[in-house]
Amino acid sequence: MCTVCGCGAGETRIEGEANEHSHEHTHVHEDGSVHSHDHGDGHQHSHAAAVAGVHEHRHQHADGSEHAHSHVHQGEHAHAHDHHHEHAVGADLDYGSGPARAHAPGLSQSRMVQIEQDILSKNNTYAAANRSWFDEHGVFALNLVSSPGSGKTALLVKTIELLKGKVAINVVEGDQQTSNDAERIRATGVQALQINTGKGCHLDGHMVGHAMQRMQPADESLFLIENVGNLVCPAAFDLGEQHKVAILSVTEGEDKPLKYPDMFAAADVMLLNKCDLLPYLEFDADLAEANARRVNPHLTIFRVSASSGDGLSAWVSWIESGLEAQRGKRAETVDNLKARIAELERKLAAS
Amino acid sequence: MHEMSLAEGILQLVEDTARREAAKRVKTVVLEIGRMSSVEPDALRFCFGSVTHGSIAQGAELEIVSVPGAGWCMICAETVAMNELFGACPKCGSYQVQAVSGTEMRVKEIEIE
Repeated sequence: MCTVCGCGAGETRIEGEANEHSHEHTHVHEDGSVHSHDHGDGHQHSHAAAVAGVHEHRHQHADGSEHAHSHVHQGEHAHAHDHHHEHAVGADLDYGSGPARAHAPGLSQSRMVQIEQDILSKNNTYAAANRSWFDEHGVFALNLVSSPGSGKTALLVKTIELLKGKVAINVVEGDQQTSNDAERIRATGVQALQINTGKGCHLDGHMVGHAMQRMQPADESLFLIENVGNLVCPAAFDLGEQHKVAILSVTEGEDKPLKYPDMFAAADVMLLNKCDLLPYLEFDADLAEANARRVNPHLTIFRVSASSGDGLSAWVSWIESGLEAQRGKRAETVDNLKARIAELERKLAAS
Repeated sequence: MHEMSLAEGILQLVEDTARREAAKRVKTVVLEIGRMSSVEPDALRFCFGSVTHGSIAQGAELEIVSVPGAGWCMICAETVAMNELFGACPKCGSYQVQAVSGTEMRVKEIEIE
């Protein structure tokens, strides 16, 4: 569900296959623990955020009875169960069964529970998991956003042609329908995956996580996500990328950054595309840049043309420096791990 | 306009918590909504009533804590009041103001029994 425009979910397809099947999947909990389970078994449960590895489950069975249990995860699947059954029949007079586990006459069991969660927190959890995976593997991920028809795919094709000899590239294409864009990308020789969002108006962190699993990007590679053409909703949904790149073409209006400020505020880079057409248009490129900077003073702006190739070298070298920074992050992770191993070995030798 | 889906997101968080806490009923839901978050409180109240119908939060009171807007002006180098996102600094008129509060949409707490 999109909390911006209210569009529906549930018709998402990855390469034509419905993504809603009873399958085993992995959850990342708030406490950082990871838990896998299967949903095809006809019961529902919720997880309590507890100390790492310990979970409390509440099951609701088809017959209406309920039971709660807590268990400790050992690895992925070994469960130590401790059951507390609370059946629907006969539980009516149990005064001690309230959340406070105690009853004083006349004292209400009513109490406040802190939630302190952002309404978009679920997506943010998926995005954070994607981001840490990208960092660990030194993958540089970009989320390209714009209105339909600004030339995102053409720009991607040109960018890939300039970079494909130097770095491994994976592309995720988001559109409501068709796999035309993924086919255009595949024609350049790199791996592309089409996500059709159906009724949805944006990609979310969960969809991108699935795409990453499918594509298995190589270490220190470039991961490009072309979001659904929409200047509103994708601004609110973090995918785990390093940077959002907004594309504005000179055939649109100079005031677009003011009309759709959220997107230009969320982006770090803006590409002003189709600049080869400037001589034929009454488009004030300086005004467009000033408007974008009014919304986001930190914006890095490149003037480019995908069809003539003008300005692309600056954009490509920006990507290359981003790749370099991600490689540095990965090296840091590897160095830290090596240092920890050395430290542990030293301790082991000393004892 | 998009308050219906926001209300659904709120109900999801409330239901998850209520189930975890083995609550029988949700009496109050407290939200923190920033003044610059483009949420219409009246529309949200109306939608909350509809989506909670038949759920554990049916009839729950919705309390909305309104958070005033504030931003950091890079020219004045101080926190200033803001009324609209991407608006100008009330002191120097510059647009180099970054919102620091007033954009939140959070479920703060719930009262259950």
